[in-house]
Amino acid sequence: MELSLFDVVGPVMIGPSSSHTAGAARLARVARQIAGDFVRVSFGLHGSFAKTGWGHGTDRALVAGALGLTERDERLRDSFEMAKAAGLEYDFYTADLDVPHENAVKMTFFSADGGRLDVVGASLGGGRIVITRIGEYPAEVTADAPTLVIVQKDRKGMVSQVSQILAAHDINIGVMRLSRTARGEVACCVIETDGELPDGVLGEVRSVPGVLSARSVSV
Amino acid sequence: MYSCFADVERLCAERGIEPVQLFVENEMRLTGRTEREVYDRMDARLTIMEDAANRALSGPLGSVGGLIDGLAQAQWRYAQGARTLCGAFLNRVMARALSCSEVNASMGRICAAPTAGSCGILPAVLLTMQEQYALPRRSVLDALLTASGFGAVVMKNATVAGAEGGCQAECGVAGAMAAAAAVQLRGGSLAQMLSAFSLVLVNCMGLVCDPVAGLVQVPCAQRNASQAVGALLAADMALSGQLFPIPADQVVEAMARVGRQLPIELKETAQGGIAATRRGREIAREILHRERA
Repeated sequence: MELSLFDVVGPVMIGPSSSHTAGAARLARVARQIAGDFVRVSFGLHGSFAKTGWGHGTDRALVAGALGLTERDERLRDSFEMAKAAGLEYDFYTADLDVPHENAVKMTFFSADGGRLDVVGASLGGGRIVITRIGEYPAEVTADAPTLVIVQKDRKGMVSQVSQILAAHDINIGVMRLSRTARGEVACCVIETDGELPDGVLGEVRSVPGVLSARSVSV
Repeated sequence: MYSCFADVERLCAERGIEPVQLFVENEMRLTGRTEREVYDRMDARLTIMEDAANRALSGPLGSVGGLIDGLAQAQWRYAQGARTLCGAFLNRVMARALSCSEVNASMGRICAAPTAGSCGILPAVLLTMQEQYALPRRSVLDALLTASGFGAVVMKNATVAGAEGGCQAECGVAGAMAAAAAVQLRGGSLAQMLSAFSLVLVNCMGLVCDPVAGLVQVPCAQRNASQAVGALLAADMALSGQLFPIPADQVVEAMARVGRQLPIELKETAQGGIAATRRGREIAREILHRERA
């Protein structure tokens, strides 16, 4: 039996819906870590998120995730008030996204210096999620394991330099996925690791010549 | 290893062990956790269940739409009176199932079992049995682990999603899991657990998922209460010696097949059943209007 007992009795979550509430909070919390600093976030709700999200607190869950709250934090229902207090602006609109999922959202993060990043993801049911796009790169981030998201120049030796850093810290790589844009000059590398990243690893990865940005996503 | 109930029966018989041992060993192998860690993790989930099963007994919590606010408190008070038909025990079971549903609907913290919509059934049965028979926590944890193992077999071979299989797959499976756990808590055999498990699924085969206004409230909360009671009825039938003639694997297969045969209107889309009644649609419009105002 390859199913965990805790996938049957679980997850522990804020109701009422594992896909529309817990999954939404998780999507935004993972996207937030990929985005870095931001002052405003805009949520484009697709499919069932747009249609029945209002009754399931999808909007509050997304804002809670953007604030860094987990899907089991009871403050989730107060997220609008918390965002106001924290000075985080947010808005919602109905989107028609090109994704093969019923519950999906496009999250646009705006930074204070005018930068913006689109992150698209879907809720798959039972609280499981997948980030399918980061900026212009196709991605597949499930955040089931600690994950490193690196945007880098697409040239020889990049991958081996990063994996050497991880090996030096005794971090095992579970999955590594590289995706390129059509132009082929810059690539997005997603690395799932078997354990949490120790302090300092991210800094070392960022100092590799050709790495444009590196973010870590914790579970 | 095992992937169906026939495997579970064979392995338990060969090794002379209880199913809970088989399930816990599999979990340890799968996740690398120690036995202690598995029990501690489930203990934390049981604590979440205890909180959800009792929180709304003392009063309504306030949900979007408010369709089920206060049901748990009313049932709990009624359970203490002398006028019940089914006695204090079954009424307390129903009150606790309703409490979990109210907590879930009001954006409180619950433990899905196996889904959020069916989160009241296992806690209601296990915790009220614990109270009634003064059971040690370890026994309740063993029963919860057994229920999880039974649920895993369904998730592997069929579905527990209302959108795929209707309510029979959600609240029905939760009730079936609870029935197996109840039999274990009364010292029944694996054959009796499987019989009780099957009886619940048989007794609600074809039950549709038809949430009014698309909210996880009506009739979800009421079905949490009724499936919790149904689990105990099935457990009593099995404990009396009734062994259901169709093997549990085939009952699960039948449930999955019926789920596939159900039209999409009856699978969580709020387009059929109770949701599609005249009053059901009115309620949906009223709530939508109020929320958007």
